[in-house]
Amino acid sequence: MQLTQDQIKQDPPQDWRRYFTFCTDHKVIGVQYMVTSFTLYLVGGFLAMLIRAELWTPDPDFFPDSQVYNGVFTVHATIMIFLWLIPMLAGFANFLIPLMIGARDMAFPRLNALAFWLIPPGAILLLSSFFVGAPAAGWTSYPPLSLMDGTAGQAIWLASVILLGTSSIMGALNFITTIWEMRIPSMDIWRMPLFIWAMFATSIITLLATPVLTGALVLLTFDLLAKTTFFNPIGGGDPVIYQHMFWFYSHPAVYIMVLPGFGMISEILPVFSRKPIFGYRAIAVSSMTIAILGFIVWAHHMFTSGTPEWLRIFFMITSMIIAVPTGIKVFSWVATIWGGKLRFTSAMLFALGFLSVFLVGGLSGIMLASVPFDIHVHDTYFVVAHLHYVLFGGSVFAVYAGIYYWFPKITGRMLNETWGKIHFVLTFVGFNLCFFPMHRLGLMGMPRRVAAYDASFTDLNVLIGIGGFLLGVSTLPFLANAVYSWIGGPKAPANPWEALTLEWTTPSPPPVENWDVLPVLTVGPYDYGHEGRDPQEIIRS
Amino acid sequence: MVANTGEAGAVAVHHMDHEHPDLRLFGFLLFLISEGMLFVGLFVAYLAFRAVATQWPPAGTPKLEFLIPAANTVILISSSFVIHRAEGAIKNGDVQGVRRWFGITALMGAVFLAGQAYEYFGLIFKEGLTLWSGLYGGTFYVLTGFHGFHVLVGLLLMLGVMYRSFKEDHYTAEKHFGVEAASVYWHFVDGVWVVLFLLLYVIR
Ligand code: HEM
Ligand SMILES: [Cu+2]
Repeated sequence: MQLTQDQIKQDPPQDWRRYFTFCTDHKVIGVQYMVTSFTLYLVGGFLAMLIRAELWTPDPDFFPDSQVYNGVFTVHATIMIFLWLIPMLAGFANFLIPLMIGARDMAFPRLNALAFWLIPPGAILLLSSFFVGAPAAGWTSYPPLSLMDGTAGQAIWLASVILLGTSSIMGALNFITTIWEMRIPSMDIWRMPLFIWAMFATSIITLLATPVLTGALVLLTFDLLAKTTFFNPIGGGDPVIYQHMFWFYSHPAVYIMVLPGFGMISEILPVFSRKPIFGYRAIAVSSMTIAILGFIVWAHHMFTSGTPEWLRIFFMITSMIIAVPTGIKVFSWVATIWGGKLRFTSAMLFALGFLSVFLVGGLSGIMLASVPFDIHVHDTYFVVAHLHYVLFGGSVFAVYAGIYYWFPKITGRMLNETWGKIHFVLTFVGFNLCFFPMHRLGLMGMPRRVAAYDASFTDLNVLIGIGGFLLGVSTLPFLANAVYSWIGGPKAPANPWEALTLEWTTPSPPPVENWDVLPVLTVGPYDYGHEGRDPQEIIRS
Repeated sequence: MVANTGEAGAVAVHHMDHEHPDLRLFGFLLFLISEGMLFVGLFVAYLAFRAVATQWPPAGTPKLEFLIPAANTVILISSSFVIHRAEGAIKNGDVQGVRRWFGITALMGAVFLAGQAYEYFGLIFKEGLTLWSGLYGGTFYVLTGFHGFHVLVGLLLMLGVMYRSFKEDHYTAEKHFGVEAASVYWHFVDGVWVVLFLLLYVIR
């Protein structure tokens, strides 16, 4: 349907101001998500550097007391998970899903805008907790610790996370409906781009797992504010039940954070290798398999919580089985670039960086899945190393790859490639310098979540600190590049990378409602290198 | 600055509505699935609390009323049949019928809530069972209270639909998402109650 002249006049201002309105265009919402969450990433990163400053020396000397330290790492982790990764990926999903499936908008545009507008209050709530005593029980907020603190910050943390969870459920509902119901008629499920598959699997996880977390947090809120005793052993409650409910969400949630990244990598590698993706169906199906298996491994986070032996063995085996579909993906990606005509753009570099560091995270994950090893390193820096290799390596590298890849589509401008490469090198070096030594530190026995440590760990901590600050600095060239290019970068053509997915068939940036005439599929999303499969062909048809 | 209340979006939705008349129902069902998971989480937590307790119901816990919740169960289950007639009515374009069946359903829902309030009253003031009476009282009030809240929301939905039905041609034989949503929601609330009733009152 074409817009009438009248409707166009009623449209919001078509300049930067619309980003501050309750706009229902999925592209505007996508950018709102991305810019907001990136800002929060900077905040969370700043807190991380405060943590490293504290850990520079063995003594707890940087912060006034350990309560503040606990508050800082709690808010750092909460931001990184609930306010950076999850909303950032939701931003990509918002921008890309309709464009990749040939729809004019999301199924429920207003719900979509509402889901975004719950994020800023959630962020403000969380950050304001610093003024009333920051939550200090870690992002897992285990009772009874989270009930004993007595500051108002914990209650604010609960309100914030419940709010953010609601927002992501709304988003997921929209994504599933859009993907399921609104693809152009010529796109059957086996022609959906892999990012769409990944978002579909992710959204199912969000829809099913997040409410359980909400339930746990509501019970915890009752315990905290109304002094009930669901999770408080002092009143006959059981804190381990909280852990079960929490991880029933939070293990699947790690896939909420990595599956979209997997999807983006699956888009980027074939484009810059000029080869069809290897094992399209295997990758698509493995996303769904991971989503399903993800629900039955949660207690591998609870090997030391008094879980009975037979149960631990069950969770150990299922956790290791999950490595199989993940391995299938990694294998397919390597096979995709194998023998391809590689173009080392910044997006490709980050995608390759993703591959290498995610591999390390996956391997340490398999190590952690074995009960005896996990008991040995539980709550040490080995776990911190693992989770950052998967979360930073698996998600942040993918997000950066995605930004370099889709920036022209989103903004209509090209990013500077040289600065992109400098950014990549700094990030890659800083990242490995920061997190790799943590494996060693953990094996040596340094516990996580403490401000003071034994003097024998000093050297490694200084090294980690240097890596950490380098990582912090590495965001600066990116920021400068992004801001400068968005304002004054060279204008982007519709399809700068000669990709075959549908979002590249509309101008950059895409107009309201995305296409004048909806595109028709003539090639699969990854038919690179076939005779006569010219990307322009789909644009013309 | 004008707030964009979704002109472009509204056009888009309009556009899509033609192609997929059941889009909104699909979304609404997904919403109910996630609501269902919230209840499933709480139910399983309840069973877990029960399993870790040394004795269930704990010594000294008052016996729960059985008659009122049983009557309430009957009322809710029959109300599901009543509201079903409203769906049938609207498919024939009979808005009057929707109002009638929704009215009766809402009344039954109100009776349910009154019964629950009466039960609470007795338990709290006569038997001394409160939210703070350990895991037993805590889970009992959280689960039933949370369900009761959903009943209330269902009532409001029905009243909202009845109110809107007075607008000319708001609901027709072809276009009646509000009616359908309210009644699907009601079936859902009803189903949850049946599980709740079995868990809390039957296998205690
Ligand atoms: C190969 C697949 C994986 C396996 C087998 C695995 C296994 C484990 C295990 C057993 C732990 C528990 C460590 C402990 O508490 O002592 C753990 C911790 C963790 N994992 Fe994974 N993991 C895998 C992939 C991932 C992915 C993809 C992510 C996220 C993107 C992730 C995020 C985390 C986080 C955040 C923790 C820390 C939990 C805490 O704070 O206690 N894992 N992992
Ligand atoms: Cu896990």
